[in-house]
Amino acid sequence: MTTITARRQTTPGTGRQSHVIADAATMLRRNLLHMVRYPGLSVFTIVGPVVLLLFFVFVFGGTLGAGLPGADPAGGREAYVAYVMPGILLLTIAGSAGGTATTVSMDMAEGITARFRTMAISRAAVLAGHVLGNTIQAIIAVVLVLGVGLLIGFRPTAGPVEWSATAGLLVLIAFAISWLGVAMGMQAKSVETASNLPLLLTFLPFLSSGFVPTESMPEWMQWFAQYQPFTPFIEAIRGLLLGTPLGWSPVLAIGWCVVIAVAGYAWSMALYERKSVR
Amino acid sequence: MNTPAIEARGLRKSYGQKVVLDDVHLTVGAGTVTALLGPNGAGKTTAVHILATLVRPDGGTAVVNGCDVVRDPGGVRAAIGLTGQFSAVDNLLTGEENLQLMARLRHLGANRSRTRVAELLEQFDLTDAARKPLATYSGGMRRRLDLAMTLVSAPSVIFLDELTAGLDPRSRRTMWDIVRGLVADGTTVLLTTQYLDEADELADRIAVLDGGRIVAEGTPDELKRLVPGGHIRLRFADAAALDSAARLLDESARDDAGLSLAVPSDGGVGALRTVLDRLDSANLEVDDLSIHTPDLDDVFFALTSRADTKGTAS
Repeated sequence: MTTITARRQTTPGTGRQSHVIADAATMLRRNLLHMVRYPGLSVFTIVGPVVLLLFFVFVFGGTLGAGLPGADPAGGREAYVAYVMPGILLLTIAGSAGGTATTVSMDMAEGITARFRTMAISRAAVLAGHVLGNTIQAIIAVVLVLGVGLLIGFRPTAGPVEWSATAGLLVLIAFAISWLGVAMGMQAKSVETASNLPLLLTFLPFLSSGFVPTESMPEWMQWFAQYQPFTPFIEAIRGLLLGTPLGWSPVLAIGWCVVIAVAGYAWSMALYERKSVR
Repeated sequence: MNTPAIEARGLRKSYGQKVVLDDVHLTVGAGTVTALLGPNGAGKTTAVHILATLVRPDGGTAVVNGCDVVRDPGGVRAAIGLTGQFSAVDNLLTGEENLQLMARLRHLGANRSRTRVAELLEQFDLTDAARKPLATYSGGMRRRLDLAMTLVSAPSVIFLDELTAGLDPRSRRTMWDIVRGLVADGTTVLLTTQYLDEADELADRIAVLDGGRIVAEGTPDELKRLVPGGHIRLRFADAAALDSAARLLDESARDDAGLSLAVPSDGGVGALRTVLDRLDSANLEVDDLSIHTPDLDDVFFALTSRADTKGTAS
Protein backbone atom coordinates (compact mmCIF):
# COMPACT_ATOMS: atom_id res chain seq x y z
CA MET A 1 0.00 0.00 0.00
CA THR A 2 2.87 2.35 0.67
CA THR A 3 3.86 2.08 -2.98
CA ILE A 4 0.47 3.44 -4.00
CA THR A 5 0.75 6.59 -1.94
CA ALA A 6 4.31 7.10 -3.07
CA ARG A 7 3.27 6.92 -6.72
CA ARG A 8 0.40 9.30 -6.24
CA GLN A 9 2.74 11.90 -4.87
CA THR A 10 5.16 11.72 -7.76
CA THR A 11 2.52 11.97 -10.49
CA PRO A 12 -0.22 14.30 -9.31
CA GLY A 13 -3.15 14.75 -11.68
CA THR A 14 -2.57 18.46 -12.10
CA GLY A 15 1.00 17.81 -13.23
CA ARG A 16 -0.26 15.54 -15.99
CA GLN A 17 -2.81 18.09 -17.18
CA SER A 18 -0.30 20.86 -17.60
CA HIS A 19 1.62 18.83 -20.19
CA VAL A 20 -1.22 18.82 -22.76
CA ILE A 21 -0.07 22.03 -24.43
CA ALA A 22 3.60 21.05 -24.37
CA ASP A 23 2.78 17.60 -25.76
CA ALA A 24 0.57 19.05 -28.49
CA ALA A 25 3.47 21.34 -29.44
CA THR A 26 5.83 18.35 -29.55
CA MET A 27 3.39 16.45 -31.76
CA LEU A 28 2.93 19.50 -33.99
CA ARG A 29 6.68 19.78 -34.32
CA ARG A 30 6.84 16.13 -35.35
CA ASN A 31 4.18 16.60 -38.01
CA LEU A 32 5.82 19.73 -39.38
CA LEU A 33 9.12 17.87 -39.55
CA HIS A 34 7.39 15.17 -41.60
CA MET A 35 6.13 17.83 -44.01
CA VAL A 36 9.56 19.36 -44.43
CA ARG A 37 11.26 15.96 -44.79
CA TYR A 38 8.68 14.48 -47.16
CA PRO A 39 7.03 17.34 -49.04
CA GLY A 40 5.38 15.02 -51.58
CA LEU A 41 2.04 14.95 -49.85
CA SER A 42 2.05 18.72 -49.33
CA VAL A 43 2.93 19.40 -52.95
CA PHE A 44 0.05 17.21 -54.02
CA THR A 45 -2.46 19.25 -52.00
CA ILE A 46 -1.32 22.38 -53.87
CA VAL A 47 -0.90 20.98 -57.37
CA GLY A 48 -4.42 19.52 -57.50
CA PRO A 49 -6.33 22.77 -56.89
CA VAL A 50 -3.94 24.78 -59.09
CA VAL A 51 -4.49 22.42 -62.01
CA LEU A 52 -8.25 22.62 -61.50
CA LEU A 53 -8.09 26.41 -61.25
CA LEU A 54 -6.19 26.72 -64.53
CA PHE A 55 -8.45 24.16 -66.16
CA PHE A 56 -11.67 25.84 -65.10
CA VAL A 57 -10.47 29.35 -65.91
CA PHE A 58 -8.80 28.72 -69.26
CA VAL A 59 -10.91 25.84 -70.60
CA PHE A 60 -14.40 26.47 -69.23
CA GLY A 61 -13.92 30.02 -67.96
CA GLY A 62 -14.91 31.94 -71.07
CA THR A 63 -18.26 30.22 -71.45
CA LEU A 64 -19.02 29.77 -67.76
CA GLY A 65 -18.15 33.40 -67.02
CA ALA A 66 -20.37 34.67 -69.83
CA GLY A 67 -23.24 32.71 -68.28
CA LEU A 68 -22.88 34.27 -64.82
CA PRO A 69 -25.83 36.46 -63.85
CA GLY A 70 -25.08 40.08 -64.72
CA ALA A 71 -21.73 39.33 -66.35
CA ASP A 72 -20.48 41.04 -69.47
CA PRO A 73 -20.32 38.24 -72.10
CA ALA A 74 -17.10 39.69 -73.54
CA GLY A 75 -15.24 39.63 -70.20
CA GLY A 76 -16.32 36.12 -69.29
CA ARG A 77 -12.93 34.74 -68.30
CA GLU A 78 -12.07 37.64 -65.94
CA ALA A 79 -15.49 37.40 -64.34
CA TYR A 80 -15.09 33.65 -63.89
CA VAL A 81 -11.65 33.91 -62.21
CA ALA A 82 -13.30 36.09 -59.60
CA TYR A 83 -16.27 33.78 -59.28
CA VAL A 84 -14.38 30.48 -59.01
CA MET A 85 -11.51 31.55 -56.74
CA PRO A 86 -13.35 31.15 -53.39
CA GLY A 87 -14.49 27.68 -54.48
CA ILE A 88 -10.92 26.71 -55.43
CA LEU A 89 -9.64 27.92 -52.04
CA LEU A 90 -12.24 25.78 -50.26
CA LEU A 91 -11.38 22.85 -52.52
CA THR A 92 -7.76 23.25 -51.40
CA ILE A 93 -8.81 22.97 -47.76
CA ALA A 94 -11.13 20.02 -48.45
CA GLY A 95 -8.33 18.27 -50.35
CA SER A 96 -5.90 18.64 -47.44
CA ALA A 97 -8.10 16.33 -45.36
CA GLY A 98 -6.92 13.45 -47.54
CA GLY A 99 -3.32 14.17 -46.53
CA THR A 100 -4.26 14.29 -42.84
CA ALA A 101 -6.15 11.02 -43.10
CA THR A 102 -3.17 9.37 -44.78
CA THR A 103 -0.64 10.53 -42.16
CA VAL A 104 -2.94 9.57 -39.28
CA SER A 105 -3.53 6.16 -40.83
CA MET A 106 0.21 5.67 -41.31
CA ASP A 107 0.81 6.36 -37.64
CA MET A 108 -1.82 3.82 -36.69
CA ALA A 109 -0.36 1.19 -39.00
CA GLU A 110 3.17 1.70 -37.71
CA GLY A 111 2.19 1.19 -34.11
CA ILE A 112 3.63 4.50 -32.98
CA THR A 113 0.14 5.58 -31.91
CA ALA A 114 0.04 2.55 -29.62
CA ARG A 115 3.38 3.67 -28.18
CA PHE A 116 2.01 7.15 -27.54
CA ARG A 117 -0.93 5.57 -25.76
CA THR A 118 1.28 3.63 -23.36
CA MET A 119 2.97 6.89 -22.42
CA ALA A 120 1.39 9.44 -20.14
CA ILE A 121 0.41 11.71 -23.04
CA SER A 122 -3.10 13.07 -23.36
CA ARG A 123 -4.84 11.68 -26.42
CA ALA A 124 -6.06 15.17 -27.26
CA ALA A 125 -2.41 16.24 -27.58
CA VAL A 126 -1.60 13.46 -30.04
CA LEU A 127 -4.57 14.31 -32.23
CA ALA A 128 -4.17 18.06 -31.86
CA GLY A 129 -0.64 17.71 -33.24
CA HIS A 130 -2.11 16.27 -36.42
CA VAL A 131 -4.89 18.83 -36.60
CA LEU A 132 -2.66 21.85 -36.06
CA GLY A 133 -0.03 20.52 -38.46
CA ASN A 134 -2.62 19.99 -41.13
CA THR A 135 -4.24 23.38 -40.52
CA ILE A 136 -0.87 25.02 -41.09
CA GLN A 137 -0.29 22.92 -44.19
CA ALA A 138 -3.74 23.76 -45.56
CA ILE A 139 -3.23 27.48 -44.97
CA ILE A 140 0.15 27.42 -46.72
CA ALA A 141 -1.52 25.63 -49.63
CA VAL A 142 -4.35 28.19 -49.67
CA VAL A 143 -1.87 31.08 -49.76
CA LEU A 144 0.04 29.53 -52.67
CA VAL A 145 -3.13 28.74 -54.61
CA LEU A 146 -4.35 32.29 -53.97
CA GLY A 147 -1.01 33.54 -55.28
CA VAL A 148 -1.55 31.63 -58.53
CA GLY A 149 -5.05 33.13 -58.69
CA LEU A 150 -3.63 36.65 -58.33
CA LEU A 151 -1.16 35.90 -61.13
CA ILE A 152 -3.90 34.89 -63.55
CA GLY A 153 -6.05 37.91 -62.88
CA PHE A 154 -7.95 37.45 -59.60
CA ARG A 155 -8.52 40.97 -58.24
CA PRO A 156 -10.07 41.02 -54.76
CA THR A 157 -11.64 44.27 -53.57
CA ALA A 158 -11.10 43.50 -49.90
CA GLY A 159 -9.60 46.01 -47.49
CA PRO A 160 -7.45 45.11 -44.44
CA VAL A 161 -10.49 44.29 -42.30
CA GLU A 162 -11.95 41.96 -44.92
CA TRP A 163 -8.57 40.30 -45.52
CA SER A 164 -8.16 39.65 -41.79
CA ALA A 165 -11.68 38.25 -41.60
CA THR A 166 -10.99 36.04 -44.63
CA ALA A 167 -7.78 34.74 -43.07
CA GLY A 168 -9.55 34.04 -39.78
CA LEU A 169 -12.42 32.23 -41.43
CA LEU A 170 -10.11 30.12 -43.64
CA VAL A 171 -8.06 29.09 -40.60
CA LEU A 172 -11.24 28.14 -38.78
CA ILE A 173 -12.53 26.09 -41.71
CA ALA A 174 -9.15 24.38 -42.17
CA PHE A 175 -9.10 23.57 -38.46
CA ALA A 176 -12.60 22.06 -38.56
CA ILE A 177 -11.95 20.04 -41.72
CA SER A 178 -8.68 18.77 -40.23
CA TRP A 179 -10.53 17.25 -37.28
CA LEU A 180 -12.76 15.47 -39.75
CA GLY A 181 -9.69 14.32 -41.70
CA VAL A 182 -8.12 12.90 -38.52
CA ALA A 183 -11.28 10.96 -37.72
CA MET A 184 -11.52 9.64 -41.27
CA GLY A 185 -7.89 8.53 -41.14
CA MET A 186 -8.58 6.62 -37.94
CA GLN A 187 -11.68 5.07 -39.41
CA ALA A 188 -9.76 3.76 -42.42
CA LYS A 189 -8.80 0.08 -42.36
CA SER A 190 -5.50 0.65 -44.18
CA VAL A 191 -3.20 3.41 -45.35
CA GLU A 192 -4.22 2.72 -48.94
CA THR A 193 -7.90 3.38 -48.27
CA ALA A 194 -7.34 6.26 -45.86
CA SER A 195 -7.89 8.96 -48.46
CA ASN A 196 -11.11 7.45 -49.86
CA LEU A 197 -13.49 8.89 -47.30
CA PRO A 198 -11.95 12.40 -47.42
CA LEU A 199 -12.29 12.27 -51.20
CA LEU A 200 -16.02 12.72 -50.67
CA LEU A 201 -15.23 16.08 -49.06
CA THR A 202 -13.60 17.31 -52.27
CA PHE A 203 -16.86 16.76 -54.15
CA LEU A 204 -18.73 19.14 -51.88
CA PRO A 205 -17.26 22.38 -53.33
CA PHE A 206 -18.48 21.25 -56.77
CA LEU A 207 -21.98 20.67 -55.43
CA SER A 208 -22.14 24.17 -53.98
CA SER A 209 -22.14 27.70 -55.28
CA GLY A 210 -18.37 27.40 -55.85
CA PHE A 211 -18.22 26.74 -59.58
CA VAL A 212 -21.64 27.74 -60.88
CA PRO A 213 -24.53 29.59 -59.17
CA THR A 214 -26.85 27.15 -57.42
CA GLU A 215 -29.83 28.61 -59.32
CA SER A 216 -28.58 26.91 -62.49
CA MET A 217 -28.83 23.43 -60.92
CA PRO A 218 -31.83 21.06 -60.92
CA GLU A 219 -34.15 21.74 -58.02
CA TRP A 220 -33.23 18.72 -55.87
CA MET A 221 -29.54 19.49 -56.23
CA GLN A 222 -30.19 23.14 -55.50
CA TRP A 223 -31.69 22.12 -52.19
CA PHE A 224 -28.59 20.10 -51.29
CA ALA A 225 -26.25 22.83 -52.54
CA GLN A 226 -27.94 25.50 -50.49
CA TYR A 227 -27.89 23.62 -47.22
CA GLN A 228 -24.47 21.94 -47.28
CA PRO A 229 -21.63 23.63 -45.40
CA PHE A 230 -19.48 24.57 -48.37
CA THR A 231 -22.02 27.02 -49.78
CA PRO A 232 -21.91 29.35 -46.74
CA PHE A 233 -18.11 28.87 -46.57
CA ILE A 234 -17.76 29.95 -50.18
CA GLU A 235 -20.37 32.71 -50.02
CA ALA A 236 -18.71 34.18 -46.92
CA ILE A 237 -15.24 34.17 -48.51
CA ARG A 238 -16.66 35.56 -51.76
CA GLY A 239 -18.47 38.32 -49.90
CA LEU A 240 -15.36 39.22 -47.91
CA LEU A 241 -12.97 39.22 -50.86
CA LEU A 242 -15.21 40.60 -53.59
CA GLY A 243 -17.91 42.55 -51.78
CA THR A 244 -20.84 40.37 -52.84
CA PRO A 245 -23.77 40.34 -50.37
CA LEU A 246 -22.81 38.36 -47.24
CA GLY A 247 -26.25 37.76 -45.73
CA TRP A 248 -26.17 35.07 -43.08
CA SER A 249 -23.27 33.21 -44.66
CA PRO A 250 -20.56 34.24 -42.15
CA VAL A 251 -22.74 33.14 -39.23
CA LEU A 252 -23.66 29.89 -40.96
CA ALA A 253 -20.02 29.29 -41.90
CA ILE A 254 -18.84 29.72 -38.32
CA GLY A 255 -21.70 27.56 -37.08
CA TRP A 256 -20.77 24.78 -39.50
CA CYS A 257 -17.10 25.04 -38.44
CA VAL A 258 -18.07 24.49 -34.82
CA VAL A 259 -20.32 21.56 -35.70
CA ILE A 260 -17.71 19.91 -37.95
CA ALA A 261 -14.86 20.44 -35.50
CA VAL A 262 -16.84 19.07 -32.56
CA ALA A 263 -18.08 16.09 -34.57
CA GLY A 264 -14.58 15.33 -35.89
CA TYR A 265 -13.12 15.69 -32.39
CA ALA A 266 -15.70 13.38 -30.81
CA TRP A 267 -15.39 10.85 -33.62
CA SER A 268 -11.60 10.70 -33.52
CA MET A 269 -11.42 10.58 -29.71
CA ALA A 270 -13.82 7.64 -29.69
CA LEU A 271 -11.79 5.83 -32.35
CA TYR A 272 -8.46 6.61 -30.71
CA GLU A 273 -9.33 4.56 -27.63
CA ARG A 274 -10.73 1.71 -29.66
CA LYS A 275 -8.42 1.45 -32.64
CA SER A 276 -4.92 2.48 -31.67
CA VAL A 277 -4.01 -1.14 -30.94
CA ARG A 278 -3.80 -3.69 -33.62
CA MET B 1 9.41 -12.73 -3.18
CA ASN B 2 9.62 -8.96 -2.72
CA THR B 3 6.80 -6.48 -3.42
CA PRO B 4 5.14 -7.39 -6.71
CA ALA B 5 5.60 -4.85 -9.50
CA ILE B 6 2.88 -6.52 -11.52
CA GLU B 7 -0.08 -8.27 -9.98
CA ALA B 8 -2.87 -9.59 -12.19
CA ARG B 9 -5.90 -11.35 -10.74
CA GLY B 10 -8.44 -13.23 -12.81
CA LEU B 11 -7.92 -11.31 -16.06
CA ARG B 12 -10.47 -12.07 -18.73
CA LYS B 13 -10.75 -10.80 -22.26
CA SER B 14 -12.85 -11.92 -25.20
CA TYR B 15 -13.15 -10.59 -28.71
CA GLY B 16 -16.66 -11.51 -29.78
CA GLN B 17 -17.05 -15.26 -29.26
CA LYS B 18 -13.32 -15.82 -29.01
CA VAL B 19 -12.00 -16.06 -25.47
CA VAL B 20 -8.45 -14.69 -25.52
CA LEU B 21 -7.69 -14.61 -21.80
CA ASP B 22 -9.48 -16.81 -19.32
CA ASP B 23 -8.83 -16.15 -15.62
CA VAL B 24 -5.17 -15.22 -15.84
CA HIS B 25 -3.27 -14.74 -12.60
CA LEU B 26 0.23 -13.40 -12.75
CA THR B 27 2.62 -11.97 -10.20
CA VAL B 28 5.94 -10.41 -11.08
CA GLY B 29 8.23 -9.39 -8.25
CA ALA B 30 9.94 -6.02 -8.44
CA GLY B 31 13.34 -6.23 -10.08
CA THR B 32 12.75 -9.70 -11.53
CA VAL B 33 12.25 -11.06 -15.02
CA THR B 34 9.20 -13.14 -15.84
CA ALA B 35 8.72 -14.75 -19.20
CA LEU B 36 5.27 -15.32 -20.57
CA LEU B 37 5.80 -18.34 -22.73
CA GLY B 38 3.30 -19.69 -25.17
CA PRO B 39 2.52 -20.63 -28.73
CA ASN B 40 1.06 -18.19 -31.26
CA GLY B 41 -2.43 -17.09 -30.32
CA ALA B 42 -2.05 -18.06 -26.66
CA GLY B 43 -2.98 -14.56 -25.51
CA LYS B 44 0.50 -13.28 -24.63
CA THR B 45 0.20 -10.00 -26.47
CA THR B 46 -3.31 -9.35 -25.17
CA ALA B 47 -2.08 -9.92 -21.62
CA VAL B 48 0.75 -7.44 -22.15
CA HIS B 49 -1.61 -4.93 -23.77
CA ILE B 50 -3.93 -5.07 -20.78
CA LEU B 51 -1.05 -4.54 -18.36
CA ALA B 52 0.27 -1.69 -20.52
CA THR B 53 -3.18 0.01 -20.51
CA LEU B 54 -3.73 -0.44 -24.26
CA VAL B 55 -6.66 -2.79 -23.81
CA ARG B 56 -9.26 -2.86 -21.07
CA PRO B 57 -9.86 -6.25 -19.50
CA ASP B 58 -13.42 -7.63 -19.51
CA GLY B 59 -12.92 -8.88 -15.98
CA GLY B 60 -10.33 -9.16 -13.22
CA THR B 61 -7.88 -6.61 -11.89
CA ALA B 62 -4.31 -5.73 -12.61
CA VAL B 63 -2.01 -3.49 -10.64
CA VAL B 64 1.27 -2.28 -12.12
CA ASN B 65 3.71 -0.43 -9.91
CA GLY B 66 0.94 0.22 -7.40
CA CYS B 67 -1.54 1.68 -9.90
CA ASP B 68 -4.66 -0.05 -11.17
CA VAL B 69 -4.56 -0.35 -14.96
CA VAL B 70 -8.24 0.54 -15.36
CA ARG B 71 -8.75 3.16 -12.67
CA ASP B 72 -5.39 4.89 -12.89
CA PRO B 73 -3.95 4.26 -16.37
CA GLY B 74 -2.05 7.55 -16.15
CA GLY B 75 -0.15 6.32 -13.10
CA VAL B 76 0.70 3.06 -14.86
CA ARG B 77 1.83 4.84 -18.02
CA ALA B 78 4.19 7.07 -16.07
CA ALA B 79 5.98 3.98 -14.76
CA ILE B 80 6.09 1.62 -17.72
CA GLY B 81 7.67 1.14 -21.10
CA LEU B 82 6.50 -1.20 -23.84
CA THR B 83 8.41 -2.49 -26.80
CA GLY B 84 5.93 -4.30 -28.93
CA GLN B 85 6.01 -6.98 -31.52
CA PHE B 86 5.58 -4.40 -34.26
CA SER B 87 8.14 -1.67 -34.30
CA ALA B 88 6.69 1.53 -32.95
CA VAL B 89 9.17 3.95 -34.42
CA ASP B 90 8.62 7.00 -36.57
CA ASN B 91 9.92 5.93 -39.97
CA LEU B 92 10.02 9.47 -41.33
CA LEU B 93 12.47 10.70 -38.69
CA THR B 94 16.08 9.79 -37.96
CA GLY B 95 17.05 7.59 -35.03
CA GLU B 96 18.19 10.58 -33.04
CA GLU B 97 14.97 12.49 -33.75
CA ASN B 98 12.93 9.51 -32.63
CA LEU B 99 14.75 9.50 -29.30
CA GLN B 100 14.41 13.27 -28.98
CA LEU B 101 10.70 12.95 -29.59
CA MET B 102 10.43 10.48 -26.72
CA ALA B 103 12.57 12.66 -24.47
CA ARG B 104 10.29 15.63 -25.13
CA LEU B 105 7.16 13.59 -24.50
CA ARG B 106 8.67 12.36 -21.23
CA HIS B 107 9.42 16.01 -20.30
CA LEU B 108 13.06 15.42 -19.50
CA GLY B 109 14.08 19.02 -20.15
CA ALA B 110 16.54 20.22 -22.78
CA ASN B 111 19.83 19.34 -21.04
CA ARG B 112 18.72 16.04 -19.61
CA SER B 113 17.24 15.11 -23.02
CA ARG B 114 20.48 15.77 -24.84
CA THR B 115 22.60 13.68 -22.49
CA ARG B 116 20.05 10.88 -22.31
CA VAL B 117 19.69 10.65 -26.10
CA ALA B 118 23.46 10.59 -26.58
CA GLU B 119 23.78 7.99 -23.82
CA LEU B 120 21.19 5.69 -25.41
CA LEU B 121 22.63 6.05 -28.91
CA GLU B 122 25.99 5.02 -27.47
CA GLN B 123 24.59 2.15 -25.38
CA PHE B 124 22.58 0.73 -28.26
CA ASP B 125 25.40 1.13 -30.77
CA LEU B 126 23.44 3.56 -32.93
CA THR B 127 25.72 6.58 -32.74
CA ASP B 128 26.96 6.20 -36.32
CA ALA B 129 23.43 5.84 -37.68
CA ALA B 130 21.93 8.54 -35.45
CA ARG B 131 21.42 11.09 -38.20
CA LYS B 132 20.39 8.61 -40.88
CA PRO B 133 16.78 8.06 -41.92
CA LEU B 134 15.19 4.90 -40.59
CA ALA B 135 14.77 3.49 -44.08
CA THR B 136 18.49 2.66 -43.97
CA TYR B 137 18.24 0.73 -40.67
CA SER B 138 18.44 -3.06 -40.47
CA GLY B 139 15.84 -5.06 -38.55
CA GLY B 140 18.17 -5.38 -35.58
CA MET B 141 18.96 -1.64 -35.51
CA ARG B 142 15.29 -0.81 -35.73
CA ARG B 143 14.51 -3.10 -32.80
CA ARG B 144 17.36 -1.61 -30.78
CA LEU B 145 16.05 1.88 -31.49
CA ASP B 146 12.56 0.75 -30.53
CA LEU B 147 13.86 -0.50 -27.18
CA ALA B 148 16.00 2.60 -26.68
CA MET B 149 12.89 4.75 -27.19
CA THR B 150 11.14 2.76 -24.48
CA LEU B 151 14.04 3.37 -22.12
CA VAL B 152 14.36 7.13 -22.55
CA SER B 153 12.66 7.80 -19.23
CA ALA B 154 14.17 4.77 -17.44
CA PRO B 155 10.78 3.17 -16.66
CA SER B 156 10.65 0.90 -13.62
CA VAL B 157 8.53 -1.77 -15.36
CA ILE B 158 9.21 -2.83 -18.93
CA PHE B 159 7.13 -5.03 -21.19
CA LEU B 160 8.96 -6.70 -24.03
CA ASP B 161 6.58 -8.34 -26.45
CA GLU B 162 8.41 -10.83 -28.69
CA LEU B 163 11.53 -8.74 -28.41
CA THR B 164 13.71 -10.96 -30.57
CA ALA B 165 11.18 -12.29 -33.07
CA GLY B 166 12.75 -12.26 -36.51
CA LEU B 167 16.23 -11.23 -35.37
CA ASP B 168 19.43 -13.04 -36.32
CA PRO B 169 21.34 -14.91 -33.57
CA ARG B 170 23.84 -12.11 -33.03
CA SER B 171 21.13 -9.47 -32.67
CA ARG B 172 19.28 -11.74 -30.28
CA ARG B 173 22.38 -12.04 -28.09
CA THR B 174 22.75 -8.26 -28.12
CA MET B 175 19.14 -7.85 -27.02
CA TRP B 176 19.60 -10.42 -24.26
CA ASP B 177 22.63 -8.55 -22.96
CA ILE B 178 20.63 -5.33 -22.94
CA VAL B 179 17.82 -6.99 -20.98
CA ARG B 180 20.31 -8.39 -18.46
CA GLY B 181 21.72 -4.91 -18.07
CA LEU B 182 18.26 -3.53 -17.34
CA VAL B 183 17.62 -6.16 -14.70
CA ALA B 184 20.96 -5.44 -13.10
CA ASP B 185 19.77 -1.84 -12.73
CA GLY B 186 16.68 -3.03 -10.88
CA THR B 187 14.12 -2.84 -13.68
CA THR B 188 11.19 -5.22 -13.62
CA VAL B 189 10.76 -7.04 -16.91
CA LEU B 190 7.84 -9.00 -18.29
CA LEU B 191 8.74 -10.51 -21.61
CA THR B 192 6.75 -12.67 -23.95
CA THR B 193 8.43 -15.21 -26.14
CA GLN B 194 7.88 -18.39 -28.04
CA TYR B 195 11.55 -19.28 -27.71
CA LEU B 196 12.31 -21.58 -24.82
CA ASP B 197 16.01 -20.85 -24.78
CA GLU B 198 15.20 -17.18 -24.43
CA ALA B 199 12.93 -17.78 -21.45
CA ASP B 200 15.50 -20.14 -19.93
CA GLU B 201 18.30 -17.67 -20.55
CA LEU B 202 16.66 -14.53 -19.18
CA ALA B 203 13.78 -15.31 -16.88
CA ASP B 204 13.69 -15.84 -13.12
CA ARG B 205 10.21 -17.26 -13.49
CA ILE B 206 8.24 -18.56 -16.43
CA ALA B 207 4.48 -18.57 -16.85
CA VAL B 208 3.27 -20.84 -19.62
CA LEU B 209 0.21 -19.42 -21.33
CA ASP B 210 -1.88 -21.62 -23.57
CA GLY B 211 -5.35 -21.00 -24.91
CA GLY B 212 -5.75 -17.96 -22.68
CA ARG B 213 -4.90 -19.77 -19.44
CA ILE B 214 -1.74 -19.99 -17.39
CA VAL B 215 -1.10 -23.73 -17.53
CA ALA B 216 2.06 -23.71 -15.46
CA GLU B 217 4.15 -21.23 -13.55
CA GLY B 218 7.48 -21.50 -11.80
CA THR B 219 11.23 -21.25 -12.15
CA PRO B 220 12.70 -22.89 -15.24
CA ASP B 221 13.92 -25.81 -13.08
CA GLU B 222 10.56 -26.26 -11.42
CA LEU B 223 8.90 -26.42 -14.80
CA LYS B 224 11.37 -29.00 -16.08
CA ARG B 225 10.59 -31.20 -13.11
CA LEU B 226 6.89 -31.04 -13.98
CA VAL B 227 7.35 -33.15 -17.01
CA PRO B 228 7.97 -36.86 -16.98
CA GLY B 229 10.64 -38.08 -19.32
CA GLY B 230 13.80 -37.64 -17.22
CA HIS B 231 15.75 -40.87 -17.18
CA ILE B 232 19.15 -42.52 -16.82
CA ARG B 233 20.22 -44.40 -19.92
CA LEU B 234 22.47 -47.41 -19.32
CA ARG B 235 24.23 -49.27 -22.09
CA PHE B 236 25.55 -52.78 -21.65
CA ALA B 237 28.20 -54.86 -23.40
CA ASP B 238 25.95 -57.83 -24.21
CA ALA B 239 22.41 -59.14 -24.13
CA ALA B 240 23.02 -61.21 -21.00
CA ALA B 241 24.00 -58.19 -18.98
CA LEU B 242 21.00 -56.30 -20.34
CA ASP B 243 18.69 -59.14 -19.29
CA SER B 244 20.03 -59.22 -15.76
CA ALA B 245 19.86 -55.48 -15.41
CA ALA B 246 16.31 -55.36 -16.74
CA ARG B 247 15.26 -57.95 -14.15
CA LEU B 248 17.01 -55.99 -11.42
CA LEU B 249 15.49 -52.64 -12.38
CA ASP B 250 11.98 -53.72 -13.24
CA GLU B 251 10.55 -50.23 -13.71
CA SER B 252 12.92 -49.58 -16.61
CA ALA B 253 12.26 -49.72 -20.33
CA ARG B 254 14.62 -51.87 -22.40
CA ASP B 255 15.85 -51.30 -25.88
CA ASP B 256 17.21 -54.63 -27.19
CA ALA B 257 18.63 -53.26 -30.40
CA GLY B 258 20.65 -50.61 -28.58
CA LEU B 259 21.49 -52.94 -25.65
CA SER B 260 20.32 -50.17 -23.41
CA LEU B 261 17.96 -49.56 -20.56
CA ALA B 262 16.10 -46.35 -19.69
CA VAL B 263 15.55 -46.00 -15.95
CA PRO B 264 13.04 -43.27 -14.98
CA SER B 265 14.70 -40.71 -12.76
CA ASP B 266 14.39 -37.11 -11.63
CA GLY B 267 17.99 -36.62 -12.66
CA GLY B 268 19.14 -36.19 -9.05
CA VAL B 269 22.43 -37.56 -7.71
CA GLY B 270 20.63 -39.71 -5.08
CA ALA B 271 18.59 -41.56 -7.69
CA LEU B 272 21.69 -42.12 -9.79
CA ARG B 273 23.62 -43.53 -6.82
CA THR B 274 20.76 -45.92 -5.95
CA VAL B 275 20.70 -47.30 -9.48
CA LEU B 276 24.47 -47.72 -9.64
CA ASP B 277 24.56 -49.34 -6.18
CA ARG B 278 22.01 -51.91 -7.22
CA LEU B 279 23.94 -52.72 -10.40
CA ASP B 280 27.16 -52.92 -8.39
CA SER B 281 25.76 -55.35 -5.86
CA ALA B 282 24.70 -57.62 -8.76
CA ASN B 283 28.17 -57.28 -10.32
CA LEU B 284 26.80 -55.88 -13.53
CA GLU B 285 29.17 -53.84 -15.66
CA VAL B 286 27.77 -50.69 -17.32
CA ASP B 287 29.37 -49.75 -20.62
CA ASP B 288 28.03 -46.28 -20.92
CA LEU B 289 25.78 -44.00 -18.92
CA SER B 290 23.98 -40.78 -19.71
CA ILE B 291 21.45 -38.67 -17.84
CA HIS B 292 18.53 -37.12 -19.67
CA THR B 293 16.72 -34.27 -17.96
CA PRO B 294 13.65 -32.86 -19.65
CA ASP B 295 14.35 -29.52 -21.28
CA LEU B 296 11.88 -26.73 -21.75
CA ASP B 297 10.95 -28.09 -25.14
CA ASP B 298 9.51 -31.16 -23.42
CA VAL B 299 7.73 -28.88 -20.95
CA PHE B 300 6.35 -26.72 -23.68
CA PHE B 301 5.03 -29.58 -25.75
CA ALA B 302 3.67 -31.46 -22.78
CA LEU B 303 1.88 -28.45 -21.36
CA THR B 304 0.58 -26.79 -24.49
CA SER B 305 -0.53 -29.84 -26.44
CA ARG B 306 -3.15 -30.86 -23.91
CA ALA B 307 -5.76 -28.15 -23.58
CA ASP B 308 -7.04 -29.43 -20.22
CA THR B 309 -3.70 -29.38 -18.41
CA LYS B 310 -3.70 -27.28 -15.28
CA GLY B 311 -0.41 -27.97 -13.58
CA THR B 312 1.13 -25.50 -11.17
CA ALA B 313 4.65 -25.85 -9.97
CA SER B 314 4.77 -23.34 -7.18
